[in-house]
Amino acid sequence: MKRLARLKLTHNKHTAYSPPARIPTPPVVTIPMLMHIGAPAKPIVKAGDEVKVYQRIADAGGFVSSPVYSGVSGTVKSVGTARLASGQTAEAVVIETDGKQTPLPGITPPSVTSFEGFLEAVRESGVVGLGGAGFPTAVKLSIKDANRCEYVLINGAECEPYVTSDMRTMLDDGDMVWEGVLLIKRYFPRARIIIGIEDNKPECVESFRGRCETESGVEVAALRTRYPQGGEKMLIHATTGRVVPEDKLPIDAGVLVLNCTTLAVLARYIKTGVPLVEKCVTVDGPAVREPRNVISPIGTPVSALFDFCGGFVSEPKKVLFGGPMTGVAVADLDAPVMKNVNAVLAFAERDAELPAQTACIRCGRCVEICPMDLSPVQIEIAYQLGRAELLEKHKVNLCIECGNCAYVCPAHRRLVQVMKLSKPLLKKYRDEKKAAEKEASRT
Amino acid sequence: MNRLNVSVSPHIHEGSSTATIMRDVLIALLPALIASVLIFGYRAALVTAVCVASCVLSEWLFEKALKRPSTIGDLSACVTGMLLAFSLPAGIPLWQAALGSVVAIIVIKQLFGGIGRNFANPAVTARIVMFLAFSGTMSAWTFPEGLFPAVNAVSSATADGMSAATSVVDGISSATPLAALSSGAAGATLPSLPDMLLGLRAGCIGETSAVALILGGVYLLARRIISWHAPAAFIGVVLALSLALGYDAPYQLLSGGLLLGAIFMATDYSTTPITKTGKLVFGAGCGLITALIRFYGSYPEGVSFAILLMNIATPYIDRGFVRKPIGGKAA
Repeated sequence: MKRLARLKLTHNKHTAYSPPARIPTPPVVTIPMLMHIGAPAKPIVKAGDEVKVYQRIADAGGFVSSPVYSGVSGTVKSVGTARLASGQTAEAVVIETDGKQTPLPGITPPSVTSFEGFLEAVRESGVVGLGGAGFPTAVKLSIKDANRCEYVLINGAECEPYVTSDMRTMLDDGDMVWEGVLLIKRYFPRARIIIGIEDNKPECVESFRGRCETESGVEVAALRTRYPQGGEKMLIHATTGRVVPEDKLPIDAGVLVLNCTTLAVLARYIKTGVPLVEKCVTVDGPAVREPRNVISPIGTPVSALFDFCGGFVSEPKKVLFGGPMTGVAVADLDAPVMKNVNAVLAFAERDAELPAQTACIRCGRCVEICPMDLSPVQIEIAYQLGRAELLEKHKVNLCIECGNCAYVCPAHRRLVQVMKLSKPLLKKYRDEKKAAEKEASRT
Repeated sequence: MNRLNVSVSPHIHEGSSTATIMRDVLIALLPALIASVLIFGYRAALVTAVCVASCVLSEWLFEKALKRPSTIGDLSACVTGMLLAFSLPAGIPLWQAALGSVVAIIVIKQLFGGIGRNFANPAVTARIVMFLAFSGTMSAWTFPEGLFPAVNAVSSATADGMSAATSVVDGISSATPLAALSSGAAGATLPSLPDMLLGLRAGCIGETSAVALILGGVYLLARRIISWHAPAAFIGVVLALSLALGYDAPYQLLSGGLLLGAIFMATDYSTTPITKTGKLVFGAGCGLITALIRFYGSYPEGVSFAILLMNIATPYIDRGFVRKPIGGKAA
């Protein structure tokens, strides 16, 4: 089996041994309706409404969407628009909390007796891909023929530096992750289940190996600690040797990949009826005084997380949702924690500015380090020339935006930015080509 | 409120830069520089200094004149200067060395867009320009005289019958081993193999000491500045053809500019292919052309021409050997 290119990074997993602590309820939470890929959720509360913890505040806005629940009790202050970290704007429900955290009475587990019932429960739980992608989990699991699924991979790789929230979930909430594994086993009986964990987390590997001993069809794969081992395509290749074909989904290679925290949350919903309302978040970065893991209601402004971690040692100049390789830089400290946020990192002046770009010297390091075997140097030239047919030749659509190329580039080219900008160009070119072919076949 | 920076990921970097790479190349060239001074005397250092200074100065002046940001800090002009000096005879008049440096930086590098944009290796091409423009002094080889060369200037025809060197050369003119091999003169004495390894032979400033060059090459490999592909293919093909065609393989390996070219010039980023396969093709092509020129051409040495010709082929090699992306459909 070909060994895909990987990068050795400094782990900086300072918070690995910090079990998450619940932060005090913030006075105000802002819950965006777009915390997933797909259509925004539709608010079902209005200003002045009383809400309780676990109360549904928004319905799914379509098939590819997800409902939203409140993690606080209090009064809805407004339903307005908010700018998201991604730059998109979406509706957001602002709730003034009462600090009592009164739970909604009558929370009961859903009755799940069939695969359809299971899917319905997953849809209702509000769970989306918690590894960061935010793709609605119910949509991912809605495959026409469950027998197509030969492998279900549980992603506990957590290859990004700093981030340890998945690790803490596997250790502190391991029973719930395991419940999820058993659910998957029940509803995908033909699939082999592999829990992929990077070998820099031996405690997690050991704990799940122990559980696997009495359970057939479930195994743990200790993966080499190399970035981006936890990328979906990388994990599939490392555990099954399979390759997801271009423009196809993992299921087309017979594989489903679920993040370990995603699994724990949906298992908790099915077991207790408690939906996704809070997140374990790693708060770290050189500017943070006391890095630690916290449990925070969704919608909490990141400033409250930093306050809980002792504030800053130096003025933050860059704040990220997610790890330093793929994380999104947020514009201000009011940005709310969302479903798919697993870490909040703060960097001071010194680390906030990337070195200046210089001319590409064609060293080829980006090509050597690309886990997808792409040629970023050629893609950048194609982009600069505006030549979509070259973008097609060099397959920019396969780029997983892991950031390896830009990380090693001695000229500090903004290669991931180029990839992101190139993809719509290629899509437009393909659409136009398809339209032209259709036109030609009609005449 | 304090404003936060936003930028596209990744938000961390390994810390390398063009300057750190070029610094490593300069470090790798140091053993050969030291060896050259021990072998050819202080003039080796003088020529090198003139070349480096002229390269850096012409890059600075050119960019100043065109109001472009100065790139002399990336140290690439220093590398070009050193490599050019290393492919000149120690007795070269200093003004010629300086002129060659100006050609390398301005004509071959900057006029094509500066670092990363030039299609031909500046040092190699400037050397060829000088070889054609100053064929006398460019083929006047001094025999190794050590740190304190004889003061008497002697001029004589080189063994391959090229024009006589003018008497600016300190030391005793002598045929290079390659020239001796090429002319086939029965009486020509070749240095012993140990002397060849150490570099105690006539030749260009930085090309003679195999030990020093290999040391530099190992450093570059260990620092992952270069890959083995192009040098191995280059040297491998020359050796294979020497054996196949009945030439003395060890002498072919150790004489001329083969090691300098294979380790330091066939691995130049801008002017050689990007992929490993491309690098192998590039190296093999260099080896083939070098051997053909050495064995059948009228010049005793062909390394520079081989590299320049393969530089020209590089865009086509790059186009032909694109890596197949994981899972990619045939386009």
